[in-house]
Amino acid sequence: MTDPSQAPPPDPAELPTVQAPPAEQPPPLEAPPVEEPAAAGEAQPLEAPAPAPAVAAVAEPEPEPEPAPVPVRPPPVRRHHWIVRLTHWVNTVVLVGMMASGLQIYNAYARFGIRGTRLPLPNPLDMHAVPRWARLGGWLAGGLNWHFFLMWPLVLNGLLYLGYLVFSGEWRSLAFRPRDVGPAIEMQKYYLHLRREHPPQGKHNALQKGAYTFIVLLGILSVLTGLSLWKPVQLWWLTGLFGGYELARYWHFVAVWLFVAFIVVHVVLVFVVDIASLPAMITGWYRGRFPSHD
Amino acid sequence: MTDRRRFLLGAAAAGASALGAACGWDGGPAVAPKLRAWSGVNDWLSGLLLSRSRLARQYPEARRTAERDFPAYYVSDAVPMLRDPAAWQLRVGGLVRKPVTLSLDRITAMPRLSYTVKHHCVEGWTAIATWAGVPFGAIAGLVEPLAAARYVDFRSFDDGYSNGWDIASAMHPQTMLAYAYNDRPLMPDHGAPLRLYSPTKLGYKNTKYLVEVQFTDERPGGYWEDRGYPWFGGL
Repeated sequence: MTDPSQAPPPDPAELPTVQAPPAEQPPPLEAPPVEEPAAAGEAQPLEAPAPAPAVAAVAEPEPEPEPAPVPVRPPPVRRHHWIVRLTHWVNTVVLVGMMASGLQIYNAYARFGIRGTRLPLPNPLDMHAVPRWARLGGWLAGGLNWHFFLMWPLVLNGLLYLGYLVFSGEWRSLAFRPRDVGPAIEMQKYYLHLRREHPPQGKHNALQKGAYTFIVLLGILSVLTGLSLWKPVQLWWLTGLFGGYELARYWHFVAVWLFVAFIVVHVVLVFVVDIASLPAMITGWYRGRFPSHD
Repeated sequence: MTDRRRFLLGAAAAGASALGAACGWDGGPAVAPKLRAWSGVNDWLSGLLLSRSRLARQYPEARRTAERDFPAYYVSDAVPMLRDPAAWQLRVGGLVRKPVTLSLDRITAMPRLSYTVKHHCVEGWTAIATWAGVPFGAIAGLVEPLAAARYVDFRSFDDGYSNGWDIASAMHPQTMLAYAYNDRPLMPDHGAPLRLYSPTKLGYKNTKYLVEVQFTDERPGGYWEDRGYPWFGGL
């Protein structure tokens, strides 16, 4: 195994082509692992498009094969801090429960707008019941009790994650800022094959930063609209900020579909592009084809 | 497809189907009561958030919801109606110095409060209407509650429907015993002859068809509260 500190930085543009030889799973203790300096955030499913069969290189354990031919497979890297892994999976369970109990609550009045009116905004579920398999709680009170219980772990877990990002400085590699607009366009061009070389990047590329910043803001929007619906009189200023109770309820609902869309893309990319990011989010160790670009 | 990949896909499918089977589920006899118990934490936080000086927004009368669009609920099989409306009286007692029994005439002669506010139903709908009645504080002034009275139990002639309130919510300046809806005497489907109303509470907390108000030191339950809805129900 090459000393990781001397391992050549992988050229992202070449990555999809270097996977043919099956490599063994490197035992964790054999090579000193590389610590990624900033070790949080999500896996990196958006990075580079790759043919799916390449996944086999990660997944096939072979007994004591010869070391892989050039180039050397990257050593395992420490990717996710335990706080990130814990909050990711807590959030997975709690968010699904929040959405399912929220849909149960929606069923009690499947329309937006004050009685006798309808908000002139798209809602494919207008006056349509949400199917039973997508609901949690059984009836309105059951849904409410699930929702008002799960809101506590949702918020506390979210605060733990955001607190970690702030105190570790990790937010720097995740926050999408105005200066990321140009690189995001370049990255998109690369994915559309309008550009040959993979643009230079830090831990995450600009599109990833955009996705992870978006999802954090979406979480904040969900919590704030939720609070504004729970206490529209005491927190009238918050309800007013969202355009009033009926609109706040609509934004709260739209957030569900944006979460669903994000989750679908997120999970599909993990399974299709970089399955190694899944064990990395469990163990913290990344053994895949796309180690950090730092 | 490798074994590991097949395993992961299988695990994902199993997880999704287990989740599907779990849905439409209230938690069962083991979990549902714990969720309801947790609701007490939210009641506590709701009590902290309640501000005596924070008044619900009032709307111009032109914003009223058409009466046919304002649903009216009761739990009896048919609209609860009094056989002899003239004989109706409100009993106010419990932990008070001067229990009283009030006729509707006596109540309408007391200080009058009126506002046009938004009604929030726990189901998620809203509607705007004008309510008029006597501030609950005026009733309390009449009977002089004892210091031990921390709750109020509002009881109706609608098949045992009732609601328990904390004293702070009851004494909120917008809490009233209403006898008029949109400038006319309360109609039977809206709780005639007298109902509790507050724009700081969800609809189900606002007892219709009132017959009795009891000040108490033990937290009273309520019709929907006992069936699993949040007890505080504050907005």
